[in-house]
Amino acid sequence: MSGRVLVGVKRVIDYAVKIRVKPDHSGVVTEGVKHSMNPFCEIAVEEAVKMKEKKLIKEVVAVSCGPQQVQETIRTALAMGADRGIHVEVSAKEYESLGPLQVSKILAALAKKEEAQLIILGKQAIDGDCNQTGQMTAALLDWPQGTFASEVTLEAGHVKVVREIDGGLETIKINTPAVLTADLRLNTPRYATLPNIMKAKKKKIANVKPADLGVELASKLQVLRVDEPPQREAGVKVESVDDLVGKLKEAGRI
Amino acid sequence: TKSPKCKCSLQCISPRCPRLDPGALGVRPTARRWASSDAPKITTHYSIHPRDQDPRWEGTEMERFADQADVVVVGAGPAGLSAAIRLKQLALAEEREVRVCVVEKASQIGAHTLSGACLEPSALNELLPDWKERGAPLHTPVTEDIFSILTEKHRIPVPMLPGLPMNNHGNYIVRLGNLVRWLGEQAEELGVELYPGYAAAEVLFHEDGSVKGIATNDVGIAKDGSPKDTFERGMELHAQVTLFGEGCHGHLAKQLYRHFNLRQNCEPQTYAIGLKEVWVVRPEKWRPGRVEHSVGWPLNRNTYGGSFLYHLNEGEPLVALGFVVGLDYSNPYLSPFREFQRWKHHPFVAPTLEGGERIGYGARALNEGGVQSIPELTFPGGILIGCSPGFMNVPKIKGTHTAMKSGMLAAEAVFPRLAKHNVIPGLHVPEYAESLKASWVWKELHAVRNIRPSFHNYLGLYGGMVYTGIFYWILRGKEPWTLKHCGLDSDQLKPAKECTPIEYPRPDGKLSFDLLSSVALSGTNHEGDQPAHLTLRDDSVPVERNLAIYDGPEQRFCPAGVYEYVPTDDGAGMRLQINAQNCVHCKTCDIKDPSQNINWVVPEGSGGPAYNGM
Repeated sequence: MSGRVLVGVKRVIDYAVKIRVKPDHSGVVTEGVKHSMNPFCEIAVEEAVKMKEKKLIKEVVAVSCGPQQVQETIRTALAMGADRGIHVEVSAKEYESLGPLQVSKILAALAKKEEAQLIILGKQAIDGDCNQTGQMTAALLDWPQGTFASEVTLEAGHVKVVREIDGGLETIKINTPAVLTADLRLNTPRYATLPNIMKAKKKKIANVKPADLGVELASKLQVLRVDEPPQREAGVKVESVDDLVGKLKEAGRI
Repeated sequence: TKSPKCKCSLQCISPRCPRLDPGALGVRPTARRWASSDAPKITTHYSIHPRDQDPRWEGTEMERFADQADVVVVGAGPAGLSAAIRLKQLALAEEREVRVCVVEKASQIGAHTLSGACLEPSALNELLPDWKERGAPLHTPVTEDIFSILTEKHRIPVPMLPGLPMNNHGNYIVRLGNLVRWLGEQAEELGVELYPGYAAAEVLFHEDGSVKGIATNDVGIAKDGSPKDTFERGMELHAQVTLFGEGCHGHLAKQLYRHFNLRQNCEPQTYAIGLKEVWVVRPEKWRPGRVEHSVGWPLNRNTYGGSFLYHLNEGEPLVALGFVVGLDYSNPYLSPFREFQRWKHHPFVAPTLEGGERIGYGARALNEGGVQSIPELTFPGGILIGCSPGFMNVPKIKGTHTAMKSGMLAAEAVFPRLAKHNVIPGLHVPEYAESLKASWVWKELHAVRNIRPSFHNYLGLYGGMVYTGIFYWILRGKEPWTLKHCGLDSDQLKPAKECTPIEYPRPDGKLSFDLLSSVALSGTNHEGDQPAHLTLRDDSVPVERNLAIYDGPEQRFCPAGVYEYVPTDDGAGMRLQINAQNCVHCKTCDIKDPSQNINWVVPEGSGGPAYNGM
């Protein structure tokens, strides 16, 4: 096995920032807004770096798809301990329609090219909340998947994953190569400290175009409109059950 | 001067400091009230409770990684970035290698910048004459200049004659955060190393007492002050000279004033708090290039302050508006935030905002002291630039151009003194202060020096305006006397029982808003599990003094709802609750606390507001 782990990191609007819908309702305002690494991606990077520190794997490669600014996010991953980065260049226009299917195709192509033993992703991004990329990537590669991982143990030829599911915790054993997606309780990510940011400037980030990987970026989905959630209306108090039924009928609900 | 071995990072030389090492001065500390069981324990920060005496820190590796630069700049604001850019320009011209590192506590350049702002492009023209070709975000030349005195229902127009300080002909309305971000890009192009997200937390000193550089903040300390698994020490950045550009009331500058006794020959600085919002207004209300200022209502004639409202011209119908209140106000019931909110309902202001949407909110303290309050600017190993020492032209309410110029002059004074090879410990560059005094900055500040203090008379605002009219507009500030300020802002509050509570109207949710939804718009956040960075020197003072005598003014002057007096669990009394995560880094509490018990220190880097073009 190559001992190489591919970690996907996404640059998203910081979770504490108030989102504003663009006046033309085509999306949300991102210009000048504070961005940071998706919290679940931070957890994914941390897990990969921990594996390297335990000498279970040899190299951590951080990947991000997007325009120029995503290099900052890759640098943060490098500062946390990734060895090198890959920036898949996507123009700002194409980025608006970039979704999980295209990213999965890119990651699948890269995983084959880099002969990765593991792909670790965050379970979902806090902007799209799709929770699809990990699963689609595994399907495209025909690799097993350990999603919503809260504990990962890498052993020879396979990996034991404790998954957080609705009913509790499920432990599975899957063969490598595999795709894992990180859930909140997997670990506590380390800080990217200044000396490491300075060292990260010397680590390499390779630029790759999706076409070089044989991936078509055209999306079959089109966003028609983006709106803010409706303002919460005041509730109405009713005095009796008949009142309630009457009001529901009025509102056309029954 | 060498300060005695103070155990905390405050480096306080006052023998009354309760935290002083008793051995150093032979002084026994006064009754340690915070050690008794019923005293509140609020503060856990290591600047108040040193770690070398804390058993939880035994065995923790405290060694720091150190790196060497030629010049370190603290703060990537207009002053800091101008200094960095100027240094690299000079280095390029002489084909010299100069390593310039800028540390900035905001997660991205411009995220902690907040200003009106009407920019006078004089300094920018000198720094980067081709700023237009380079795409500087100066898109809105001022086209209309309106000045009003407001009464509760009416407005008295004041003609904006040329020569009056408030006249804005030739200036640009800018979103200063965007300009700062652009300056950051220019700096990076020139090879300046910018490190946003890393706060300068400590000043480092050589053996001889000169400044060696700074250390960035430690990370991974839990809320109770103990080390977490993720604990890591900050990094040391050593430099031949360190430029401190922390902005108004910087926390490191506060230490440096004490350590080097820099304020012995100047008056205490006096401040104001500026609150600001950005609105998208209805297109029919939009007048791009229009500048509006007002004084008067809702403040009484003895409370200094006023409003601004600027129509930007950047595509969207955006309006930047805000309210400034002098922090020398005396009524502890005054709430600058609520004055701002109610001002928006004035018949002259409300129509602009009706039907609009508020998209940004923030606040910051600003300097009002002028020349009288400028301290010693240089000391061995360091220089103070920008709003930190304070070069704001108060009647013009502009400080960006003077801040930038001070940064440029600092660079020009420092550059020829930089050694090519080995570092000379703590470069002292008094040439900077001399060149500043010979520049247009000083001339400008000197001419307006008496305008702000002229408000301290029985007629208050009106006396000040008469003074400005005669002595500034006619005589250009050439009168031979220099008026004094009133002393520390924190000493100006009267006890609550001598003052009348102010009845503020409830926010209507359309023009005026409550505090918490406003704070949410600032995008401010901090890692929750860290010691509160609003530290109290004595945890018992808030209830025993601030609440008892002044009815807890920090609940009212904090624009972010950090301070709340809540009932204790047993319901018997009150306690101070510090919501440190809300802090927008405005520094007002450190300035206005009547007990001067609050010491603002820098939180973990990246925390704080997420202003976007404020």
